[in-house]
Amino acid sequence: MMLIAGILGVAVTMLLILVRVLAGPTTYDRILGINLFGTKTVLLIALVAFITDRTDYLDLALTYALINFIGTIAVLKFMQYGDLGWAGDVEDDTDV
Amino acid sequence: MTVSLLLNFGLLVFLVAVALALAHWRHLFPVAMLTGLYSLLSASLFTVLNAPDVALTEAAVGAGITTVLFLATFGLTRAREKPVKSSRRLIGLALTAVTGAILVYASLDMPRFGAPDTPVQTHPLRDKYLVASQDEIHIPNTVTAVLGSYRGYDTLGEVAVVFTAGMGVLMLLGRGRRGRKQNPE
Repeated sequence: MMLIAGILGVAVTMLLILVRVLAGPTTYDRILGINLFGTKTVLLIALVAFITDRTDYLDLALTYALINFIGTIAVLKFMQYGDLGWAGDVEDDTDV
Repeated sequence: MTVSLLLNFGLLVFLVAVALALAHWRHLFPVAMLTGLYSLLSASLFTVLNAPDVALTEAAVGAGITTVLFLATFGLTRAREKPVKSSRRLIGLALTAVTGAILVYASLDMPRFGAPDTPVQTHPLRDKYLVASQDEIHIPNTVTAVLGSYRGYDTLGEVAVVFTAGMGVLMLLGRGRRGRKQNPE
């Protein structure tokens, strides 16, 4: 029962985030929203894993967390440098 | 199970909303990010439908690599869609509608989801793979056993194709960057 309530909660949060991403006036709202949405996906998969009693799905949730991180880093790098930049292009700046 | 039915419904509604926004927006940078969100959504749909391997591929390719590749391409081109004449847009809409109608018509022929009398369920080889793969390969997931072992050479060929494609894309993107380095500001 708790798990079902959790899934419903995550679904409602997803809906709110989706509204922010689609409406969201600036690009930063969208970046933050999409990053959050990835996190919610991780939570949703973890909850589905426990509710269907297939805990091997948790590996999937971990992979999603990693992919989400890489995607956000790529987006932010693009915003900062205009492309995905070599490390050699920006000697004076710390590279991610 | 009602929860998974509700979840399927909700995720599909989200997918439609995201797809409409994707078609509507003209600025391609948010579109590239939104394709990642679309792919995350469909990946969760696959997970709810009990297909974790498909979901993993969808997330890795759709949300991970495609977003990064799109962004790398924007570094070389412009991140804004060219305006298209409305007559050509109408042709595109008609083509999409026809293709969609054909696909929906084709899906009517498919067996019901989880139907017990499909060839997949009744074929004699089913028991062989479901039972024997546990003894022969000791992989709990039958799909993984088939992909990684029974048709391992096929998978190896696919990996080679994907590797070649990846090398090609990397060379294209890298060349653009080197070319820019040659004419400094």
